[in-house]
Amino acid sequence: MTEVGISSIVGYIPKLRLLRKSVAESNAWLAPNLMGKGKGTRSMANWDEDSVTMSVEAARRLLGPEDDRSHVDNLFLASTTMPFADRLNSGIVRAALTLEETTQCTDISSTLKCGTTALINAISSVQSAKSSYSLVLAADKRKSRVGSSQELDFGDASAAIAVSNKDIIARVIATSSISVDFVDHFRGPNEEFDYNWEERWIRDEGYLKIIPKLINNLLEENDINASEISKFILPCIFPRVPQTISKICGIDPENVVDNLALNVGDTGSTHPLLMLTNVLENSNPNEKILVCSFGGGGDAILLETTDLIKNLKNDESVANLLDNGVEETNYMKYLTFNDLVKWEKGMRGEIDRKTALTTLYRHNDAIIGLVGGKCEKTGTIQFPASRISVSPNSPDIDTQEPYKLAEKKANILSWSADYLSFSVNPPNYYGIVSFKEGGRIMMDFTDVGEGEIESGKDVKMVFRVKAIDEARGFTRYFWKAVPI
Amino acid sequence: MASGIKDKVAILGMGCSKFGERWDVSPDDLMVEAYIEALDDAGIEPNQLDAAWFSHHIDDIGAGKGGTPMSIALRLPNISVTRVENYCASGSEAFRGAVYAVAAGAADIAIALGMEKLKDTGYGGLPATNYGTFGPQIGPSGSAPGNFAQLASAYRAKHGVSAEDMKRAIAHVSVKSHANGAKNPKAHLQKEVTEEQVLNAPMIAEPLGLFDCCGVSDGAAAAIVTTPEIAKSLGKDNLISVKALQLSVSNGLESHHNTWDGSYFHTVRIAAKKAYAEAGITNPREEVSMMEVHDCFSVTELVTMEDLFISEEGQAVKDVMDGFYDADGQVPCQIDGGLKCFGHPIGASGLRMLYEMYLQLQGRADKRQLKNPSIGLTHNLGGQPANNVCSVAIIGSL
Repeated sequence: MTEVGISSIVGYIPKLRLLRKSVAESNAWLAPNLMGKGKGTRSMANWDEDSVTMSVEAARRLLGPEDDRSHVDNLFLASTTMPFADRLNSGIVRAALTLEETTQCTDISSTLKCGTTALINAISSVQSAKSSYSLVLAADKRKSRVGSSQELDFGDASAAIAVSNKDIIARVIATSSISVDFVDHFRGPNEEFDYNWEERWIRDEGYLKIIPKLINNLLEENDINASEISKFILPCIFPRVPQTISKICGIDPENVVDNLALNVGDTGSTHPLLMLTNVLENSNPNEKILVCSFGGGGDAILLETTDLIKNLKNDESVANLLDNGVEETNYMKYLTFNDLVKWEKGMRGEIDRKTALTTLYRHNDAIIGLVGGKCEKTGTIQFPASRISVSPNSPDIDTQEPYKLAEKKANILSWSADYLSFSVNPPNYYGIVSFKEGGRIMMDFTDVGEGEIESGKDVKMVFRVKAIDEARGFTRYFWKAVPI
Repeated sequence: MASGIKDKVAILGMGCSKFGERWDVSPDDLMVEAYIEALDDAGIEPNQLDAAWFSHHIDDIGAGKGGTPMSIALRLPNISVTRVENYCASGSEAFRGAVYAVAAGAADIAIALGMEKLKDTGYGGLPATNYGTFGPQIGPSGSAPGNFAQLASAYRAKHGVSAEDMKRAIAHVSVKSHANGAKNPKAHLQKEVTEEQVLNAPMIAEPLGLFDCCGVSDGAAAAIVTTPEIAKSLGKDNLISVKALQLSVSNGLESHHNTWDGSYFHTVRIAAKKAYAEAGITNPREEVSMMEVHDCFSVTELVTMEDLFISEEGQAVKDVMDGFYDADGQVPCQIDGGLKCFGHPIGASGLRMLYEMYLQLQGRADKRQLKNPSIGLTHNLGGQPANNVCSVAIIGSL
């Protein structure tokens, strides 16, 4: 049987890290019991990030800047916070990544273990030779009630994994799953927030019974000794539970890996994959790594690193992402970004954001993929493409070929910080961005820090939420520029 | 080659309403106010009008679409009324229509009237509007000040001007316009301000503070035009004729092609060159007596001084600080207060600019009267620096 495994892996953690102390202190009058959780930070997505945009960002980091992404055979997107209940979310991601239309796209959702389920699906796909390169993306941006423990526990992040039959850095030894209708929490179809049952019950009857059964099934079926496992990954917000499980299963408790709780929080369906990213970025060859997840049962995936693990050198490793976060002490900003308070948007915020779906489809490559045009006669690059070239001395007709701009180098021609127009995160930064090889766009900037913007400064493109049509529940996406 | 419009059409009469926060009047009332003054000034009866052009930009908070709002408000004698809309240059567009109709012989006497009722928006500044179905899906949900403010960042980068020097120069632009507006009883803002007030005003869109932005006003303005021969036959002397009317419209070069550097108005330079040629002006810095330019924001006025070839490229900051464009300078600019203080009821603005030039040329500008002006230029811009419509009109004594 062809060897199948992970060929690359990368994480994405939004830049902002909400200081838990600021949350706990603000809510201490209401929930004094949460003061003890007021340590460290949790990752906090910008207002214009969601599970789709974070997935795109992780995938871009995985795939690199090359235009040709035709090697991606299928894409599995896992999230419990898909922006659309009925619109192929992975299809938006595919279009943003300019993957081929023939890339099979699948949304996997409805349980926190969906990230590992997506990984198992990708593994199966490559093992069955239906794919030679499968892309697994997981992202979550979960809402939580003001003053809840989830507000402090949760974090926002995404991860991307390539499963392939070549260039493997961690081969798959075995996978196992169980389905148990154990309802530790649930979120109804029209609910914003989870409804949670008692933590002690979840710990004792859930984690401590379901996960050992899952692990033992995997080890027994594959005749593997638990002592061989050098790293054990299990996202769990309850302290010491992974260690207890490891003891039950015969895994060395010392091999339980850090769950990133102190700096990032629990990133939902992403978390086992984000922890795996961090582990693989710090692994040596021939290490057996067990990744488990919990939710409606559980998934277990046993991997073994190969010699190629030494080649895994992400520009932005999880360690780097942890180091480069920007501390956010303003709890109100978190609440506003997540629409958790009824805040004054002003009359300018009332503009109708109805999206003409016909227009979106006609210009899908441009809007979602940031694909412009290049005149095959003059070489003039422009965005958007048009039948008549913008080239001032050569308005050629129908000479343009699609030209991808998302990964191209660009800098700022002009900008302003606008305090007048509506913005969830004022001031509203926008301006003209010129691509070095040609083409320019008047566009929004995002993730801009104080004093970070000036004409001539380099920017990178990021796929973000453009606007949310609250009246109709539609999220509009486009690309924005981030000063670098 | 076209012979051009020079001296083929004369202004028979003009009118302009009081601009400002006209809470107590309707769009119809504003139109009537400008119309009655223009009609009285022209000395004609309504049934002598052959055709009308109506400029109105934002119809959903104004008078509505089409030509009927003007025809009904003024009870016009069932003549043609063509509604025109070309961003903030709509007023100049209406004037162009009326002038060309007269020049073509299609009308003996035509009227252009522009009106905007902005203070029914519910908040300060221009209303936030959508612009088609594609634009909002990619373009920033910005504002006019945010779009025009970008001139400053690009101009500074190109000419090596410090943020402080730029801020001070554009402050001078506004201080000058407030001083002029204080002498204009029809102006929206009639109060002088100091440089310190301008520099310390709340930020609207960097680097533009509150006093760098023009007034958002209700108002209407009108011009009645005819041939010089008819004007004379109606007993008019001291005729003011149209010397040039040019309109240049962006074709996407600025917004899509990397040759434009963001620091100037491509269309203004084109329209200005054509207008000077049409009017027979070879040295605008010496020959233009006065100007009303589209100072929607102070920085717009500053860079426009170069685009109209009055200041040399890179020298506008110096000329502004030297007082070249002040009321007592060589080429007074915004002698009526400009958009900044007279106000900016969009559809009326182009006609309002012509109104002041017309009064000045006829020696009827009261406290603002300049000494012996012979050539007045109006520059009326719509859109934003990267994508706009620019009108340059020149009028003068016949």
